[in-house]
Amino acid sequence: MTDFIAAFQWLVDPVNWAGPGGIPARTGEHIVYTLLTLLIASIIALPIGFLIGHTGRLRGVAVGVSGALRALPTLGLVVYLALIMANISIVPPLIALTILAIPPLLAGAYSGLESVNRSTIDAARAIGMTEWQIFAKVELPLSLPLVLGGLRSGALQVIATWTVAAILPVGGLGRFLFDGLAVQNYPEMLGGSIIVVALALVSDGLFAITQKLVVPRGVAAGKVRSDRAKDPWRAFGLTVPGRQPVP
Amino acid sequence: MNFLWSNLGLVWNLTISHVWLSAIPIVLGFVVSLPIGWVANRYRVSRPVLLTIGGILYAIPSLPLFFAMPALIGTKILDPANVVIALSIYAVALMVRTTADALASVPGDVVQSATAIGFGGWRRFWTVELPLAGPVLLAGLRVVSVSTVSLVSVGALLGVPNLGQLFTDGLNRYYPEEVAVGIILIMVVALVFDLVLVLLGRLLLPWSRLDRRTGQLRRSAAMKAVTGA
Repeated sequence: MTDFIAAFQWLVDPVNWAGPGGIPARTGEHIVYTLLTLLIASIIALPIGFLIGHTGRLRGVAVGVSGALRALPTLGLVVYLALIMANISIVPPLIALTILAIPPLLAGAYSGLESVNRSTIDAARAIGMTEWQIFAKVELPLSLPLVLGGLRSGALQVIATWTVAAILPVGGLGRFLFDGLAVQNYPEMLGGSIIVVALALVSDGLFAITQKLVVPRGVAAGKVRSDRAKDPWRAFGLTVPGRQPVP
Repeated sequence: MNFLWSNLGLVWNLTISHVWLSAIPIVLGFVVSLPIGWVANRYRVSRPVLLTIGGILYAIPSLPLFFAMPALIGTKILDPANVVIALSIYAVALMVRTTADALASVPGDVVQSATAIGFGGWRRFWTVELPLAGPVLLAGLRVVSVSTVSLVSVGALLGVPNLGQLFTDGLNRYYPEEVAVGIILIMVVALVFDLVLVLLGRLLLPWSRLDRRTGQLRRSAAMKAVTGA
């Protein structure tokens, strides 16, 4: 507990709020780095994911590539790119993090489009929509919650990994963790950790709300509640053997 | 590959500790999530609560959690327990959802048949529900395994010895080859873990290959773990 009190004292100390190495400046850097990474990764991954989801082709390749990329240790890739590019700017970690953000974005995009009911797409084609209209007016709105789901887990991963990337001389909130570790200043490490956790949870919460908001009104209205919710006794752990829930 | 041959002993020791640091959280995550996942699936109120807690825990970035462990459980910052416990928390957070979904995927008429021929709740769980939930559980466990093996390397930043030490050491010595060896070996460890899990699945769940429905469930479980939706 004393550790947390010391960390909160560090967090509220005005000295740590001023200048280019202060909490607001570092948080700003972290957010800018994260948004930049997600933007580049989206430009690469979303069109490919949509194409795979729309055509149904190359799905196996996408699944395989995503799986292999997930096994790639983030820290190793960040350090390796910095060393072989002999560059201490944010460019090597930016490339590494973009690569790591691609699998969740790709998975969200193609699984989102795949989740759209086939007969809905056939109906859209039957009433004369072009392929582009089918994508933009039918598939994309219906799949948006899943696409955002990919972006949501990508954002978490990127926020976490920019912290790790502060092993290189870049900015962001990871600076507090590494600089604190170098001088054994535990309140600074813990205080920095608390800000990163808060940032991650806020990002996750905002995405969760947006995911709920983008469900098209027709889909939300037509949603049938699950069987489980219909059995009023289930909440109390009582199930009547032999009685089937109403389908 | 010069680095590998001249440091074979060191690399071997790091690999062994990497394997241990990964294996304990994977096994712990599986064991601990079974009862929690069962509760999540069993009662209407507990499902959203437990899944939300799992989602929030899984959203916490790894390095800050490693750093916070000494303050939470009173260990030293160099203690490997920080990494093992933090990674176990992630494993549980991810597996609770999978376990709940896996148990929900067991057909209701099968459970009722078991009850009808006189299986009690305990015996029915171990001999009917758990084996039938197996393929989906395995899919979740494979996702946990890959991400745990990769995250252990971050523990090297706190000074916990494992293959991630090749990254920190390689950076200090400007030695890309050492870093590359670390990346390759960690991917090999992840691959071996995955093969072991697949083989265990073949041995313990021989029916899962015959059933097409479980294939779809497995894929959707793996997808949920990635997209969180």
